[in-house]
This record gives sequence, structure tokens and C-alpha cells, in this order.
Amino acid sequence: MSAVTNTIFSPELAARFDKLVTLYPVKRSALIPMLLYAQDEVGYVSDAVVHEIAQRLDLFELDVRNVLSYYSMLRTKPAGKYNVQVCTNISCMLRGGYEILDHCKAKLGIGHKEVTADKLFSLEEVECIGACCWAPAMQVNYDFHEDLTPAKVDQILDDYAAGRGKDVK
Amino acid sequence: MTVATIFIDNAPREVNPKQNLLHVCLSLGYDLPYFCWHPALGSVGACRQCAVKQFRNEQDATGKIVMACMTPAAEGTRISIADPEVVAFRAGVIQGLMQNHPHDCPVCDEGGECHLQDMTVMTGHRQRVYSFGKRTFRNQYLGPLVNHEMNRCIQCQRCVRFYREYAGGHDLNAFHLRDSIFYGRHEDGVLESEFSGNLVEICPTGVFTDATLKHHYSRKWDLQMAPSICVHCGLGCNITAGERYGTLRRVVNRYNHEVNGYFLCDRGRFGYEFVESSLRIRHPLVDGKPATRSEALERFGAVLRKGAVIGVGSPRASLESNFALRALAGPDHFFAGVPDEESRLISAMVRILRDGPARSPSLDEVEHSDAVFVLGEDLTNVAPIMALRLRQSVRQAPMRLAAGLHIPEWLDHAVRETVQDAKGPLFIASPYATKLDDIATATYHASPDDLARLGFAIAHAIDATAPEVIALSPELETMAAKIAAALRGAQHPLVVAGASCRNRGVIEAAGQIAWALCKVGSPASLSFTMPECNSFGLALMEAPPLSEALRTVRSEPVSTLIVLENDLFRRAPANEVTSLLRGVQHLIVLDHLGNPTTDAAELVLPAGTFAESDGTLVNNEGRAQRFFQVLNPSTDVQESWRWLHEVSVAAGSKSMERWEDLDDLTATIAKEIAAFGALPKVAPPRSAVGKIAREPSRYSGRTAMLANISVHEPRPPQDPDSSLAFSMESGPGPVPSSLIPFFWAPGWNSVQAVNKFQSEIGGALRGGDPGVRLIEPSRESVWQYFSAIPPAFKSRSGEWLLIPVFHIFGSEELSRHAQGISQLLPRPYLALNPAEASLVGAKAGGRIKILIEDSQFELEIMLRADLPRGVAGLPAGLPPFDGIQLPLFCKLASVGTEFSARGVL
Ligand code: SF4
Ligand code: SF4
Ligand code: FES
Ligand code: FES
Repeated sequence: MSAVTNTIFSPELAARFDKLVTLYPVKRSALIPMLLYAQDEVGYVSDAVVHEIAQRLDLFELDVRNVLSYYSMLRTKPAGKYNVQVCTNISCMLRGGYEILDHCKAKLGIGHKEVTADKLFSLEEVECIGACCWAPAMQVNYDFHEDLTPAKVDQILDDYAAGRGKDVK
Repeated sequence: MTVATIFIDNAPREVNPKQNLLHVCLSLGYDLPYFCWHPALGSVGACRQCAVKQFRNEQDATGKIVMACMTPAAEGTRISIADPEVVAFRAGVIQGLMQNHPHDCPVCDEGGECHLQDMTVMTGHRQRVYSFGKRTFRNQYLGPLVNHEMNRCIQCQRCVRFYREYAGGHDLNAFHLRDSIFYGRHEDGVLESEFSGNLVEICPTGVFTDATLKHHYSRKWDLQMAPSICVHCGLGCNITAGERYGTLRRVVNRYNHEVNGYFLCDRGRFGYEFVESSLRIRHPLVDGKPATRSEALERFGAVLRKGAVIGVGSPRASLESNFALRALAGPDHFFAGVPDEESRLISAMVRILRDGPARSPSLDEVEHSDAVFVLGEDLTNVAPIMALRLRQSVRQAPMRLAAGLHIPEWLDHAVRETVQDAKGPLFIASPYATKLDDIATATYHASPDDLARLGFAIAHAIDATAPEVIALSPELETMAAKIAAALRGAQHPLVVAGASCRNRGVIEAAGQIAWALCKVGSPASLSFTMPECNSFGLALMEAPPLSEALRTVRSEPVSTLIVLENDLFRRAPANEVTSLLRGVQHLIVLDHLGNPTTDAAELVLPAGTFAESDGTLVNNEGRAQRFFQVLNPSTDVQESWRWLHEVSVAAGSKSMERWEDLDDLTATIAKEIAAFGALPKVAPPRSAVGKIAREPSRYSGRTAMLANISVHEPRPPQDPDSSLAFSMESGPGPVPSSLIPFFWAPGWNSVQAVNKFQSEIGGALRGGDPGVRLIEPSRESVWQYFSAIPPAFKSRSGEWLLIPVFHIFGSEELSRHAQGISQLLPRPYLALNPAEASLVGAKAGGRIKILIEDSQFELEIMLRADLPRGVAGLPAGLPPFDGIQLPLFCKLASVGTEFSARGVL
């Protein structure tokens, strides 16, 4: 299928990419899903990921970076094992989103876009994650936690730290 | 053109319904601000600056705010520009942009010719209320030509739209989002596009500015400017050159709808620095030593009185200077300073354009062709702006798709969305891959003879009475049929060729195709590129080539050889030039820059460049265009024709007494050479127009700039040759388009002031675009198909056919010496097909020995898989082999081996 030799992805992901590029009239349409899947597997979009995706889609690296830099959910640096994304958009803000964020900062000892020394947690302040009905909300990797209070956040983070949290990827 | 009536603030106005409201308002002379729209790029509605209020009908008092650039100028449309709500809206948009825009106009290179400044003043926004931090960026190094200062960006998107969509560049893009959106490369580095300099004009702010100007900066309002013509290739793009304190400061685009439109290539924009190069000759040299003007004239006169003079002209000198030399030496003793083969090829091109029914198109017509065949040319490097025009031509055919959906041409994103990657037919047959190949329908890379054969086969496929090509491979047969069908099916087919392959068959084949198309009833055009800025003009003088000069020197006693603006060592192998120079007693050279020919001269006279002279050049279309003096040199520099006139009068010759100034001279040329009958019409004579100021009305320092020499303000220098004055004062009356020294109008300080000079935005300049076509196809059908079809190329064992590979920076003689461009020249190399490289033990980046005629060179190897077998490439015009007349066969050997008599293999 693709003439590109797979250098960094698992065979499953490589196969998925080979299929993806056939789904659209033009190959480059597969760029965004590819970036996301690559991020899920590698942990972030590394230079090597950019390089290989560019090759797979016959794009210049510059075009990949152009798209990559636009989407705030794509990252170019490693996150923690559990990436904690706290919403502070309007509904969450009205229901205490900022307290939740501040609480996370204090508890984890890190700020926005930072990673704990043990690489277990990273923290991000994000815009609406579509859970407004249950605000304030946060997302850990792909898992949602709603109707948060500081106590509830403590519990959730402790569970993850102890390896009891769901780890949806 | 159909006309629609629309109502602007209740006044009925007649407009072009195919356009949008912004376009028509500007065409009518309204000051409506805008940023993201550009006449060459169309509308995207990104900046919200061009808001107007639109009303449903006469009763509608509420109206709604719409973007003028996104709304068609349909019959009956009612809008208001002056409505208070929309005025406030436009001021609000500027206010928003100003939140992040730095307060740095005084130190910004754009200041004084900034579209953002103009629009800010136009909207009336004058007070900042935002007092928080501004967003800032890290700037990038983009190379020696273009400077980057991202904080000034207003996110209009024009740079990226021009660079990528219009010019086909890859290495500039938008990154990030929201208030951190960044326009640049993905890392620091020289911009790769040959058209990067246009960012300087396309960006409405000071993000992209001219990095060469930075070294000798001056505000636009402080520049003395004049209309001029680019001398760096045969297309003759119109430029405005600017001077201050006696030095040339910069070149910008001078709009000419028919020729260059809104754009220049980087060679043309940044090549001007050669004028101030350290090689510049500013004073006469007698026997290699600096001499005064009168010493030089005395020596010249003494030599002339001995008689027996021959003159060698130049394709980079004006018609006037060439003619003056012809008059001085006599028509029988005046020779074109070009190699024989090149001279023959150019004459063949001129003859084909004159005899045949196919017309040479203007560059605007090139852009509007809907099927194109390029034969043997690397246009991006030989005729760059033609390449840029062809990039737009491939949109012509697919654009009909959009038209079918009633999407107007100017609605840029909608058109691009509809068209997607569809491209109209463009076929490129060239000796090596070219940058335009990325938009080509199909390409064919082969030796020049094989290219010619494909061309002849296409002609035969169009019209069976054109001679057939014998023994053509089935693939080529198919390709020829495909190209023939595409050209026949087009409304405006175009064939492009030129002298780059130095192959007569290629030129004749191109003519054959165009003629065959005409014969079957298609309105085909035929465009030939020309090697230099006045190759066409010199060819029209019909002077014999350089070898005839040598023959004359051998056959009759010749005392003096006068060489006009020409380095003969670039025109012929060194031994031939040396024997020509040895055959005469005196060598007199007029030129701008020191070179091997001036080194050999007894007398060197400092010849004015385009910046210090007036003259006429004929471009590849056959269009004669005039350039005017920008600066009055304080040194002995003057026009070559003036030197020649002065000395001949001083020497007592009668032939030139009749003319004193440019108008006399052009009238004389028109009388003496029929081809130049229209020469006086190229620009109005001095007597017909009042004074036109070269300096803007805000020009500063006039009374003080020479105070270090004398506190009395001197009388401004007089210009005997044109209506342009070295002064701030203009007479009343309109300025003819050929004499516009710079584009400026009240409230419009940037280049976009050109809006105020066009008959319709994006159309012809008022009064017609400058330039006069000197040739048209003959009305009688005197043409006949060519029958000399070359046999297929056979590679020779142990020998390679050496062809020139063109470089936008490096292949042209003068721009090579520009300070910025000189940093971008390729290193000399030999290009080989990798499949053949192993035969001589060559590796990329390694070195190889090459035997050309009797000379040996050692060169770096470059591998190019696109080179045909048996063919090797050498960078054109680059020393030390700029005197070698390609193509020819050479031998190759790995470093360390000796060449045997029969080659090395
Ligand atoms: S850099 Fe200039 S052209 Fe590009 S978006 Fe910014 S203001 Fe517009
Ligand atoms: S295309 Fe030719 S004439 Fe035009 S700017 Fe470039 S070098 Fe000058
Ligand atoms: S505002 Fe927080 S989830 Fe929508
Ligand atoms: S010029 Fe109309 S929206 Fe930008």
C-alpha cells in the first residue's frame, strides 16, 4: 500500500494509516485523524511523527506543522501518563471551574501545560469539552468526570495515582 | 461589457456587474478601505474592513452591513459607504487590529508607504483605548532579500495566499491560531520562491520588507523616482527605481497590465544592487589608469581620427546606444555582440513571428491562455514572470466549472473549492525538470533534438499537411496526439519556446505547432523568450554576428574596435576573443562593471546603467518600452549614446551632429531603420508634456542635502531628454502612463495607489499601458512549414552533450553582482544522470574532471535523475565557463585519470 517504511508506529497503527489514506479523494484529508492517533500511541506529536506522516501523505513537513499548530488538542511535547484537562469555559466557569483548576494546580504542584516530576500527571486548562450539563467538568485522557468538587477531584486523582482510574485511550 | 446601474449613497453609478462592490467602488474612485482583497488574488472576506451598508430597496431604511468585496455589483444594488453605522464599523475593525499592532511606525521600514497607515487614516480611527500587553513573536531569518517582523501582522492572509496559491511556493504558511497566528517558514531559512520579493508589496504592513533596502534605507517620500524597465531578462517588466544622495536605493513594481501586472521576480526586484557594486566603473580609464573626462575624450578623438573603426553592440544596451555605435562605425562595420548561433536563433524567432500567422502575446494574454505547450524552456529561471503568469493560466479551463455554478471569478475561496486540484492543460517538454512541472498535465525530458521532434510531431498531429516525423516511438506518438488534441480544443492555445536549448529545431518546431493551429482555424499565439533585455531590439537592427567582426578584422585593416556594454569573453571562447582583440590597435569599451573585456581595453568609458540613462528596450513580445534616468550622477557616468555622440562630434564627424537629445535620436532611428518607425511613440516627446516631478511633494532636505558642499541651494540638474524633472515641482496636466515616476495619490501612499491610475481596477492604466509593439504577423501568408526535422538524438559512447542549466540567480550577468543576490548563487557544478554517473565513478558531491574542447575543468558533481541519457548540464552563464558556447560534446573522467585521445571509456 504505502511505500513509506513504518519506522515508529505499531503494526496495527501502521495498518490503520494505510487504510485511512484510501478513504478520501485526496490523501491529505487523512491528516487530522492520523495526527490524533499518532499522538495517542506515541504520547505526543514528535518530529519523527511529523516526518513520517508527511511522507505518508505526500505533504511537506511544513504543511503538517501548519495543521498541527492550529489544533490545541494536538501537542508537540510529552504529556503525563494522565493528562488532566479542566474546563473553564462559560458553564464550568459559572459553576466553579476555576476553583477546580486552582485545586488541581495546588494538588499536583504544576501549572497549565506542565507535567509532574514523576511524569504521572499533566495539567491543561481547556475550552468547553461538551459536558456543560454536568459542569464543572474535566477530562482525564479520554475519560470524563463531572459535577466536580475539590473533594471529588482529590478522590479521582488519588485513584489514578494508585492505578485504579479508568485509563481510556 | 454589459453595464449595471447600482446606487452608492443614492447616486446612480454605472459599473461592471461581473465584479464585486469593492472593486467597482475603487474603480469609481471611492476611498473604501480594505486589506485582504487584492485585485490579483480576489476576495476572501477575511479582514472585514471593506464593510458597506446594503439596502433591499429605496424604502429600506435599516439596511444590513455586508462586506463589499464579497458582494456582487448586481443591477439595482443599493449601498451606502457613508452611513454612520458602517463608518463606525470600519473604524472599529481598525481599532481591533491596532490592539496588537506595535507603535513603531517611526522605525518601521513600511512607514510612509504603508497600506495599514493609509487605511487607519481613511477610517478616522485615531485613539487607542486598549492599554494591555500586546502579543509578540520571534521573527525569522528569511534570507538576504526579505525581512520579517511578525509583530506588525494584521492576519489578512495575503502573504500566504500569494506565496502558496498564486506563486506555487511551499515554504511559507500560517501557523497556530487565534491571537498567536504566525506567518512564516517552519524554521529559519532563505525563502525558496523566486517571487518572494512580492511579499514586500503584497503585505499591507511592515511584516515583510525589502532586506536590501535596509542597507541603505530611505523613506518612499524621500526617494527620487523614475519609470524604468527591468534589465535582467527578456520580458521587460516595468519597474520604478528610487534614488537618494546619488545612490540607487531600491526597485519596486511599476504596474503595466499587459506586461508584469502587479508582480516582479526576485532577480528583477533585487538585481538593482549591481549599480552600486564595487566593480562599478565611474570614471574613464586610459591605459588602465583613472583619467579625466577630457583626457578620455581626447584619446577617443585621436583614435577615431585614424578611421577604420568597427563597433560591437550589445543585447543588454538600449536601442539608442546600439544605434549610436552603428552610426559611428557605419552600418557595415557594426556587429551584434552575440555569438553566431544565438544570433541565428534570435533572427529565426523574429522571422517566425513576422512571417507566420501566429502572434506574439503580451504576458497578460499568456496568463489568459487555456492550453499551453512549453517547448525547451525552463521558464522559472529564464523568464520568471512568464512562469508566474502560466501558473494562473492553468486555472483558466477549470474556472469554467465555477462559472457554470455561477460563482464569480473573484470569489477566490469558492472558486478554489470548486476547482480543487483540477488544472487546465499545460504540457512541458524540456531538457531537464523545471519548477513548473508541478502543475503540468504531462512532462517530457529529453535532449534538444528529441524535444524538437516531439514538437514537429504535434504540428503534424494538428495538421496532417505539416511534415511527418519519421521513426517516432509509439509513446511519443501518443503524447503528441494528446498535446495536439488539448491545443486544438482550446479557445486560446499558446506555444512557448526560446533560445535556451540553443537548438534551431526547437524554435522551428514551436513555430510549426502555432502555424498548424492557425491553419486549422485556431487563434494560437506563440511566445518566444529572449535571452537578454534587448535581444529582440538588437535583432531588429539586423547586424551581423560576432564572428563577422573577427572576419572583418582578418580581412581588412581595422584600427579601432569599440565594444558597447558587452563582455566579449562571455560571448565566445577566450581564444577567439583574444585573436579579435589582437587584430586591432585600439580597444575602446563602454560599460558599467569591470570585466575581462574592460580589463583589456585601452580606453574605458563609464556607461550609465538603466538608473543613469534614458533609452528603449524591446522585450520578447516585440514591445518597445522606454526607461528613464533616475539619478543624475555626480561622476562622469553618462549614457553610452551620449558618449558616442560627444566624441564623434568632437572628432569632426558629421553623421551624428543632427541629434543632441533623446527625442532627436529616436526620431533619427525611426527614419533610418523601418522596424523602428514607431520608436518616437514609445513615450511622448519632451516638448509635448509639461514638467513631471521625480520627487514626491514631501521630499525632504532639498535645501539642506548639499549644504556640506555649499550652503547655497544649487539649481536642480536639467534633464534634456525627458519631461521628468529632478525636482519636486510638476507642471499642471495629466501624466502620461509611460512617464509616471511613482504611484501616489492623496491618502494612498503605498504601492496600492496604483488604484488611482487604472481605467478599471486591475485593468489598463489610464491612457493605455506603456509600450508599443514593433512587430505584427504579416498579412500575406508568406510562411511555409519547416521540413528540416532533426534525427533522434543518439548518445555517444564516452561523450556527453553538455547543455546549459539556468538559474534565476547566477545565469544573468549583472544581477550576479548585486549584494543580496550574490549570496544565493549556485556553486559551479556538473549535473549528470545518476544512472550514468557510475560509468565515470561519479558520486553526488564528489568531483569530476571535464574536458570541453581543449580546456579541462574540475567540478563538483550534482546528480539529476531528470537529465536524459547522454546529456550533462552546466550552470548557464556562471564563470569560469560563461564563454563556452553550449551545447557541445564533452568528455568526463574521474579525478586523477588522464583523458585519452578517444575519451576515457
Ligand atoms: S504578514 Fe502581512 S500579508 Fe501576511 S497576514 Fe500578516 S499582514 Fe497580512
Ligand atoms: S521576469 Fe525578467 S524582466 Fe521581469 S522582473 Fe524578472 S528578470 Fe526582470
Ligand atoms: S463549558 Fe465546560 S464543558 Fe462546556
Ligand atoms: S477586503 Fe473585504 S473583507 Fe477584507
